Amino acid sequence: MGVFSGLGEKLNHIFSKLTKKGKLTELEIKNAMREVRVALLEADVNFMVAKDFIAKVTEKAIGEDILKSLTPGQQVIKIVRDELVELMGGTNAKLGVASTPPTVILMCGLQGAGKTTMCSKLAFNLKKQGKKPLLVACDIYRPAAIEQLKIGAKNADVQFFSEGTINPAKIAKDAVDYAKKYALDTVIIDTAGRLHIDETLMAELVEIKKATNPTEILLTIDAMLGQDAVNVAKEFDEKLEITGTIITKLDGDTRGGVALSVKAVTGKPIKFCGVGEKIGDLEPFYPDRMASRILGMGDVLTLIEKAQEAVSEEEMKKVEENIRKNTFTFDDFLVQFEQIKKMGNLTDLISMIPGVAGKIKDVDIDEKKLTKYKAIIQSMTKEERQNPDLIKASQKKRIAQGSASTIQEVNQLMKQFEQSKQMIKNLSGRNMQKMFGRKINF
Amino acid sequence: MSFLSRLFEGNKKTKKSFAEKLKYIFTGSDIDEEFYEELEYCLLSSDISSQTCDAILESLREEIKSQKIKKTDDAKDALKGIMISILNRSQPSEVKTPAVIMVVGVNGVGKTTAIGKIANKLTSEGKKVLIAAGDTFRAAASSQLEVWAERAKVKIIKSAEGADPGAVVFDAIASAKAKGCDYLIVDTAGRLHNKANLMEELKKISRIVEREYPEAEYHKALVIDATTGQNALSQVKFFDEAVGITDLIVTKLDGTAKGGFVLSIASDYEVPIRYIGVGEGIDDLLPFSSKDFVDSII
Repeated sequence: MGVFSGLGEKLNHIFSKLTKKGKLTELEIKNAMREVRVALLEADVNFMVAKDFIAKVTEKAIGEDILKSLTPGQQVIKIVRDELVELMGGTNAKLGVASTPPTVILMCGLQGAGKTTMCSKLAFNLKKQGKKPLLVACDIYRPAAIEQLKIGAKNADVQFFSEGTINPAKIAKDAVDYAKKYALDTVIIDTAGRLHIDETLMAELVEIKKATNPTEILLTIDAMLGQDAVNVAKEFDEKLEITGTIITKLDGDTRGGVALSVKAVTGKPIKFCGVGEKIGDLEPFYPDRMASRILGMGDVLTLIEKAQEAVSEEEMKKVEENIRKNTFTFDDFLVQFEQIKKMGNLTDLISMIPGVAGKIKDVDIDEKKLTKYKAIIQSMTKEERQNPDLIKASQKKRIAQGSASTIQEVNQLMKQFEQSKQMIKNLSGRNMQKMFGRKINF
Repeated sequence: MSFLSRLFEGNKKTKKSFAEKLKYIFTGSDIDEEFYEELEYCLLSSDISSQTCDAILESLREEIKSQKIKKTDDAKDALKGIMISILNRSQPSEVKTPAVIMVVGVNGVGKTTAIGKIANKLTSEGKKVLIAAGDTFRAAASSQLEVWAERAKVKIIKSAEGADPGAVVFDAIASAKAKGCDYLIVDTAGRLHNKANLMEELKKISRIVEREYPEAEYHKALVIDATTGQNALSQVKFFDEAVGITDLIVTKLDGTAKGGFVLSIASDYEVPIRYIGVGEGIDDLLPFSSKDFVDSII
């Protein structure tokens, strides 16, 4: 399950109660909002941030237009979602570039947030874009931190700069000079993890900032942080005027309410997410997608991207054509299985489909069953796959034997096939392209 | 230095404003709904889950009723009592040697640092300690542990990066037996608890300890970062399911985070908190005191 899906599930549950009713009273909205608040708190959204958020949404939701509308629940969801998107920062923010190179990126954060790992990921990412990054080791305290960054630089195949454990501001300054001399366009400075209330170490960061005049000062934040995240972010921002944040460890099962909190207290954009331990596991942060996921509205864009990677255009065109001609066959069904498998974990994927996240627990997505179905289809003759009407009792028996399954299972597949066919027909009738873009058919 | 003064040290500004806020809660005025609301704020902002918070306040209401408490300042001790009794449900027992302590946790919680401190503490108590560098995954992890081993003056068994952590542990057990060590402390790579394959690897390491060193008392200590929010509960659940957690170590309590999630953990699991980490120095490791901990929250 993706990040935030737990929260999305809860909101879905809350609003499913609302949606069932025709109209909403002020009291009902307030009750729903109380549950939204608990969900937000459980997701580690800061207490005060949650309070502000609820107040804003309640105010917007309690209006005559809303109360008189036919689907008030839907409208409330929309207001909550819009408010979340706004809170998390409108559109996706890109990295700034200095007018005269090198662009200096200063990384900072608490101990264990994942700064050193993130430095290598950023360098790798920038290098892929044709930049020439320099990784600079300014963590002179933690044992083996320099060595760790050096290995990271090697893995990212970028240059590495270290002067041992001397004054970090001097190292940083020298690194910028080095970058100028060797025409390296981006300098990424790794710094020691520090507590936001450690005045000596915070002053050290200010010194590094003065010495290097960074374009970006990025606060690295662990996605699992709790209520204290606002204090951390506020303090770093006050001392350093950060330009943005990076949320790490989003591949965990945390709901990551910290994304909401940090944005709310600093007003600075979230620029990237760390989503794994490998060097390529870096993603831009998309507030709109995240908000949709929070609300269980599905992360359609991510789903489409994944599908595009997994499915060849040709395969899809064929399936689409068959649907249009209303000749959806078992071969097309097989193609769909293959797509689904290629896209990765089924449960994850299905949770991204709009309206599904909240219901995911009731749906048994058995990947083994898919494999079994595949075997059954492959035991059919070419003619049978094209024309399912040919499959009668004796054919079923043969197919079951050929695929090491039971007749019941063959029947089950036949039923599923009919249902899918019907569903796809309905979907394409209701302008499926508009819903999913060109390439997705479920 | 006491637990409490350590908790307060370097942190006076935040603690002060917090203490001031609390002064308004326990003013000695009559108990009303606003009082409970303020308390709820105080508990929630220390990362106590909303469920545990509700349970604590529910008990408080009952106590206030049964003891006929009228004033807010009298409710303070009742509240502290409730919280302490939750935390006291499980206490760390005396460790029998020889013992293995396998240290586990998600990435960046401070496992390696905690191991350095524990090794130092045990050596200063005259124990013979060996460390196994079982984090063969993260770049430079074993070098980091080596520095701590030097500081604590203990021996370390390590292998090349990317090596099988099980093999390292296997060698370390043989060495601990041969040298007659009291403690073998096993470092493991940080891993997010929702990654099944990494948890399988941990189970494998754990099985090696059980098989190769059955005479040792086996402790499996989960390290949790005090700045963590509600995800701490998920960490306990998954690591407990995988290897059966016997001890907790809560790190980074020298910051402004309160680590209130331990109350929720104590409500659901019988896992005692053995140590807390309160700084980057080698001596910044203390035994857990539920009274001092509660004092730092209210």
